[in-house]
Amino acid sequence: MSNNHVAITGVGQTERYRTKLTCSMAGLVREAALNALADANCTWDDIDALIIGKAPDMFEGVVMPESYLAEALGGVNKPVLRVHTAGSVGGSTAIVAANHIKSGLFKRVLTVAFEKQSESNAHWALSPSMPFRPHFNSGAGGMFAPVIREYMRRSGAPDDVGCHVAVKDRKHALNNPHAHLHLPDINLDTVKDSPMLWEPTRFLESCPSSDGACAMVLTCESLANSGTNKPAWVHAMAMRSEPSFYPWREEVNPHASRECAVDLYQQAGISNPRKELDMAEVYVPFSWFEPIWLESLGFAEQGKGWELTLDGSTSLDQGGDIPWNCSGGVLSSNPIGASGMIRFAEAALQVRGMADKRQVDGAKKALGHAYGGHSQFFAMWIVGADKP
Amino acid sequence: MREVAIVGYAQSPQVRQERVLNEVEILMPEIDKALADAGMTMDEIDFVCSGSCDYIAGGAFSFVGAVDALGATPCKMESHVEMDAAWALYEAWIKIQAGEIKTALIYGFGKSSVGQLPDVLSQQLDPYYMAPLWPDTISLAALQANVLMQSGRYNENDFANVVVDSRRKAKSNSNAQLAGDLKASDLLTAPYIASPLRRHDCCPITDGASVLIICEKSALPNNGKRPAMIRGMDHRMEVHQLGLRRLDDSVSSTQALAQVTAQSGISVDQYDIAELYAPFSPQTLILRDALGLDDSVDINPSGGPLAGHIMMSAGLDRFGMSYRAIQNGVDRALCHATSGPCLQHNLVAAVEGV
Repeated sequence: MSNNHVAITGVGQTERYRTKLTCSMAGLVREAALNALADANCTWDDIDALIIGKAPDMFEGVVMPESYLAEALGGVNKPVLRVHTAGSVGGSTAIVAANHIKSGLFKRVLTVAFEKQSESNAHWALSPSMPFRPHFNSGAGGMFAPVIREYMRRSGAPDDVGCHVAVKDRKHALNNPHAHLHLPDINLDTVKDSPMLWEPTRFLESCPSSDGACAMVLTCESLANSGTNKPAWVHAMAMRSEPSFYPWREEVNPHASRECAVDLYQQAGISNPRKELDMAEVYVPFSWFEPIWLESLGFAEQGKGWELTLDGSTSLDQGGDIPWNCSGGVLSSNPIGASGMIRFAEAALQVRGMADKRQVDGAKKALGHAYGGHSQFFAMWIVGADKP
Repeated sequence: MREVAIVGYAQSPQVRQERVLNEVEILMPEIDKALADAGMTMDEIDFVCSGSCDYIAGGAFSFVGAVDALGATPCKMESHVEMDAAWALYEAWIKIQAGEIKTALIYGFGKSSVGQLPDVLSQQLDPYYMAPLWPDTISLAALQANVLMQSGRYNENDFANVVVDSRRKAKSNSNAQLAGDLKASDLLTAPYIASPLRRHDCCPITDGASVLIICEKSALPNNGKRPAMIRGMDHRMEVHQLGLRRLDDSVSSTQALAQVTAQSGISVDQYDIAELYAPFSPQTLILRDALGLDDSVDINPSGGPLAGHIMMSAGLDRFGMSYRAIQNGVDRALCHATSGPCLQHNLVAAVEGV
């Protein structure tokens, strides 16, 4: 391991992750980038490299859009890299950017992830009709529904755990001015009464289709205090992938998820994530993925993740000991390519003490998590208030 | 900077149309061949990074199926760029520089034959002002070639000579799609497809995949091969709108080369060969000038992209071809990759045999 520490000195998000029909893609990413530069107290000229991430190009219909977006993001005359690792891409992009700093070759980099779902139709883009294969016209919700049913069967969890997650994250979102969905009147009944989309996942247990961008400025140690606000520090980062299908594949608790978490905690010196972390921003696009990831990431024993949801342990509003997704999470905003970076950035805001009404008091260490594909691509980092 | 070497490479034949195998099936044997070339096994690989493009495959997540080629568990540390795989190599090289890994396997693949590549790539342009006009890549390259001719530096005969040179050198590259002895005077009788470009001025539509393996110096395999050290690597972006940059120059290539020269200490006159990713013949001349290469440098001894062009891997192939040339006695190679319309984004690296 290199000794070059990485600091997060700037975080920027678009004003709200809702559909933006009057804003160009360039305008969208630039807004987030300018907010990050302001937080980091620097200008375009101070940036050494630009690392862009987003999910499939078919979500907007622009092939390899970094060529078009480079100018709007101050990338001209600089190295510009475009990462794409499916839904985990926002997290992977942040990790690639952090490695630019860790390499010692760059002092300050800008990383931006975005999606403008209103330009296209994600369900269509996720369900391509490919030659020589059956047309799997399911979208993400249809793909994950059997995984959720299997989790319910194994754990014996009550049927309404997902509804509790849906309410909890939407209540959290009311404290986050960036969240796409602000649903002040949501409760268990409205969730249960919402249409069943992919049994057992209801409409209000699903993420929205959002437009938005998230940006971060990362610096080397010597520039860590150059921002307007105090920095966060990267303590650990890990990525793992596995194929979509193989005979011993474990879809509920994927090998790649477990191996990624083990690597991450080992780097950060964490043996009990529930105790040693103060909060987590975890990619939960469909409600039941909260208990699924609580178990896979070691916050709960196998089969017991749903108990943390039901007893309020993951709720900031109920004073839970390990709040998950204080921002409202992916269930409240899902600009897909940006969603992973939002998780990573919200974790950084928490340990910087900058999360305003969604702040976990005294948060010192937080997890940012993203996953993608058929629960097969994972990116995670742990950030801290103190230098590792 | 940590010392990093290319230690293995494999490339599928660069065929006009692969009618039977899909992308993963083309890729899988090349991974095995690259590992065999390096004398390594998959469990010795710390990190895998790839480059591909969904719009070439015609469906989202085209890279996801390729993960099948890596094996299942234990799971790989893996990443992907929606760019030429030369940038996947860059990501892996950065990760080695960061001290996160010591070895990496990089691959790129593309089956351009399944679509209309020049039209598909028109959708890479500014989606509000340019893409709706569907300007195809050949027309844009012709525009660039016209600007180059108007500068007075080169003419159509020079373009034809680039092609003659490429095809002649490709005779010694068994994977080349186009090779042979041509005469410039004959080529100039061919009809234009977009003036001043003729069919032979354009890289051929190609299906294929290639795989490169790199190692940090302390992890070099003991395989009896000559390591090709990457002494420096950098890439730079230019403005997107064609009217806002000089099309007869490649400013970003010059900028990247300056960084590489500083990193490597290798001056331009020390290179024996240059493998340039110029998909259209006039771009070879633009790049040669922008990089300051003179006649002492053998340009594209593999035949280059005009003899075979695996879209999304053609940049990575410049490194692979340089590695092979170094096995055959070349000492220093300049490697170049490009992305975006009319050489918008360029990557340069210095590779040296030890």
